[in-house]
Amino acid sequence: MFLINCPYCGERDQQEFKAGGEAHIERPKQPTELSDDEWAEYLFMRKNIKGIQFERWNHAHGCRKWFNMVRDTSNDEIKAIYKMGEKPPSQ
Amino acid sequence: MTKNLRVKSSEYIDETNRISFKFNGKTYHGFKGDTLASALLANNVHLVGRSFKYHRPRGIMTSGSEEPNAIVQLNPGTNRTEPNVRATEIEIYEGLEASSQNCWPSVEFDIGGINNFLSPFFPAGFYYKTFMWPPSFWKKYEFFIRHSAGLGKSPTSSDPDIYDHRNIHCDVLVIGAGISGILAAKNAAKNNFKTMLVDEKNELGGTTIFENNEFNKIDNKTPSEWLKKEIEELKHIKNLEIKTRTSVAAYHQYNYLLARENLTDHLETKDKTNKIRQRLLKIRAKKVILATGALERPLIFNNNDRPGIMLSSAVKKYSEFYGVACGNKNIFFTNNDSAYESALSLYNKGINVEAIIDVREQSESKIVKKVKEAGIKVYWSHTIVDTAGYKRLNSVSIMKLSNDGTSVTGSKISISCDCLGVAGGWTPAVHLYTQSGSKLKFDEEKQIFLPNQNTSEQISVGSCGGDFKIDEIIKNLNQKLKDTLNIDETDLDSIKVEIDQENSKRNIWLLPSDKPLGKTKPFVDYQNDATAKDIKLALREGFRSIEHVKRYTTTGMGTDQGKLGNMHALGIIADTAGVKMGELGTTTFRPPYTPLTFGTIVGRNVGKFFDIFRRTPMNDWHVENKAEFENVGQWKRAWYYPINGETMHQAVQRESKAARESAGILDASTLGKIDIQGSDASEFLNRVYTNAWSKLAVGKCRYGLMLNEDGMIYDDGVTTRLGENHYIMTTTTGGAANVLGKLEDYLQTEWPELDVYLTSVTDHYATASLCGPNSKKILKKIIPDLDLTDENFPHMSFKEANIGSIQCRIMRISFTGEHSYEINVQASYGKDLWKKCIDAGQEFNITPYGTETMHLLRAEKGFIIVGQDTDGTMTPIDLQMDWIVSKKKYDFIGKRSLYRSDTMREDRKQLVGLITEDPNVVLEEGAQIVSELNQSPVEMLGHVTSSYFSPNLNKSIALAVVRGGKHMMGKQLFVPMENKNINVTVANPVFYDEKNERLNA
Repeated sequence: MFLINCPYCGERDQQEFKAGGEAHIERPKQPTELSDDEWAEYLFMRKNIKGIQFERWNHAHGCRKWFNMVRDTSNDEIKAIYKMGEKPPSQ
Repeated sequence: MTKNLRVKSSEYIDETNRISFKFNGKTYHGFKGDTLASALLANNVHLVGRSFKYHRPRGIMTSGSEEPNAIVQLNPGTNRTEPNVRATEIEIYEGLEASSQNCWPSVEFDIGGINNFLSPFFPAGFYYKTFMWPPSFWKKYEFFIRHSAGLGKSPTSSDPDIYDHRNIHCDVLVIGAGISGILAAKNAAKNNFKTMLVDEKNELGGTTIFENNEFNKIDNKTPSEWLKKEIEELKHIKNLEIKTRTSVAAYHQYNYLLARENLTDHLETKDKTNKIRQRLLKIRAKKVILATGALERPLIFNNNDRPGIMLSSAVKKYSEFYGVACGNKNIFFTNNDSAYESALSLYNKGINVEAIIDVREQSESKIVKKVKEAGIKVYWSHTIVDTAGYKRLNSVSIMKLSNDGTSVTGSKISISCDCLGVAGGWTPAVHLYTQSGSKLKFDEEKQIFLPNQNTSEQISVGSCGGDFKIDEIIKNLNQKLKDTLNIDETDLDSIKVEIDQENSKRNIWLLPSDKPLGKTKPFVDYQNDATAKDIKLALREGFRSIEHVKRYTTTGMGTDQGKLGNMHALGIIADTAGVKMGELGTTTFRPPYTPLTFGTIVGRNVGKFFDIFRRTPMNDWHVENKAEFENVGQWKRAWYYPINGETMHQAVQRESKAARESAGILDASTLGKIDIQGSDASEFLNRVYTNAWSKLAVGKCRYGLMLNEDGMIYDDGVTTRLGENHYIMTTTTGGAANVLGKLEDYLQTEWPELDVYLTSVTDHYATASLCGPNSKKILKKIIPDLDLTDENFPHMSFKEANIGSIQCRIMRISFTGEHSYEINVQASYGKDLWKKCIDAGQEFNITPYGTETMHLLRAEKGFIIVGQDTDGTMTPIDLQMDWIVSKKKYDFIGKRSLYRSDTMREDRKQLVGLITEDPNVVLEEGAQIVSELNQSPVEMLGHVTSSYFSPNLNKSIALAVVRGGKHMMGKQLFVPMENKNINVTVANPVFYDEKNERLNA
């Protein structure tokens, strides 16, 4: 059970949060221009990394804000947390 | 057989407090302070159970939570009965009853014992290999296997006890109150760390508290005397909370731990009532100090499982701590000095020790000399090759070990005995350590796995960290405490230790016998009856990974998780396969460390609190009017209102007719409501719904369909434009929270530039839905000054009005196809509004109807229910709702997916109506639909999603999804049921009032 430092509320127990999958996948601005394959790439394809992963989290039972997390999936160490729209920290 | 083996009074046993208890129906006596195991041993009862596979007689092996054999059914036949409880952990109380498990008709005579003699036919993987063929026979095999397998019996009536959860935050959590844990907790608390010390036993002190080896001294006292003084001091320290009878079950990441505190298990039944039985402690600790100690290893030799064969440390604890002799003729079998301490402890209490069999060539420590001086015969370089005695050990046969330890030589000596203490060295209890994600390293010299890489703020101290000698323990503990607590001095700086312990050990994982391995039974996992033979067989059959060998042989898969034998299994695999232990790794230690009761896990979340539920403001009225309720998401919704003993069918038919013929009223308060405000609100709706919203005038309502990005229907509902930049959206009852979550996600992450604010207002409003041809007249009575003409208040529009002084929002929208109004008021006025409608509707026979009638009425109109007629694989096109998908809008959620090759297929499942040939036959929801009856296997075209008998049409109607159904209008299909085939015709899903004339009736 992680301790997550919500950028708006501070350190809280994981059960207040919801994981939202891989981060930094932008919704295409012009979906109609995309081929089936390109659209499928956006819609279905996600990385499943052992190691450093960028992911979205939502403080669902708190401020309801979405934010980003850098987590090492091999040992669940949270490396960084930053707000939506902010640049990911360089590795 | 019963005989008192209580040898000498112990300060932990209160001999003035005699307790009677029953085991397997027979009454025995013990004393306050006894465990079930110690009390049975005092009565010379060793045989307590039968093994899982071979039904071999088994006895008490240990004195703690690692016990593999002595697992019993507690209080059988009562509502407090509990299976698989370790007799070594149960503190006895007056009236306790326990019985053996896995034996029939009794532990003394068990029919399953035949398996023992058939054991050559039960190798590892026996069940996998034998019962596979022919496949159709599995059902027959299963019946017999289930009857002869299994451990205890679960209770059949509800648990009378109360359980609780508690959150704990502390600076330092110390697990284990042996010498290391006590010293760690004391120094942490003294240095102002908020500290908690937990131990699974009822007394503090671990094994040191009965450590009376006269050659070990701390500050010139024996370790036990010295530690008692330390424990006394603990009581006066602030910042320290001590929890005994508390077993840490799980150690998760970020120093989050779960522990079970036993509060009433040791009390008499009459004292258990109305008290919390067990409490789950959810602990967040800044730092964790693991002082979990070590478990003694058995030795693996032929027939090493007979009742009377125990761990040497357990024999010692029973004598020193409980004052019980485990036998009259004791012998020990060892590969290190520990057994000599046990032997001497017995000798000092006047208990007969016949001999010690030592696999080592010699040992020079003082304690060994002392044992020899006591006249106890020591057989050096010897091993036990066999044991005898079916229900109780009566002798062992020993032979001389070869120099390399792989075979035996010379002649066999038989020694008669009734108890054998086995000492195979010590295994650090690293279970919790590895649960935390930390990594182990194998120490080749000590032949143990040790903590190596910590993932969180934690240290392992004492023997779980690999320190076994008191001087090492104190020295290393002192340094670790200083480092981890960041302090300069501790109480430990001034402690003086004298010791005489030798580390010499001769580790042989599998001891040889004079018989070939195939003819022996050297048990590695006692509970699951896995032998060294089985492990070797698995290797011969090609299993290499330790995890595979474990599953194939079931080694370590019992309720004790192989706490005793896992290391030997690894050792035997390493020896056989010729690899190093360190490279082999270990199997994963998973929580819980010891089994948890379901009660502890669920805590207070039972009965009414099992799952939270929500009630509408009108709920009391529904209850008073005898409504039946159904669960919709978390809501309790009125389902139907039976009158005069009506069945559900009768009530629903009556309600449905009334709603169409005169007036009906539905509590629609549970619909999700989201208040949407902001200058980009219209644009936002354009993006989340399939249809266009920009041109919706203020005061108008519109139905919207929401898709997922994959094009599949997600939710639907009516949204009303309350003002230029203000909308109120309704969602399905069950989808409310998810829809808000999804909209927030898009707003915050994809479209942060939009000026839109979302607020959930579901609970703020109560909604009464008034429907039927007389609804207008009823509303007129309630709000006389509101102009209800179609010109002023047409279908799909909204008005604000007052009922007396209560403000309300009225939407003229319809989910039934009838002329109807949804009246929304502040939730607190909901019941009042409802009563006013009922009163005003009296003259029109207004009929309250529930969700079932609502479903029927909308089905007559062919309106879908998201989640009933759709299942996450339906697009709006599949539902033949093309009209709601805007062709003009550039984009909306899910639009692109509607043009994927798969979603554009013509032969997708599509929503259609079905009419049965016999109008009285009502299809079953979920029934499959086919076009051919004589084909096998037959192609399934789809299934029935909604089905009712329509009282207004006087025939059965159904909605269904059918492959390519759009082009099957009028075609005959079949619904094959168990006893008959039902002929159906594909029809338009709108069965009633196709031209929507009734909306304005």
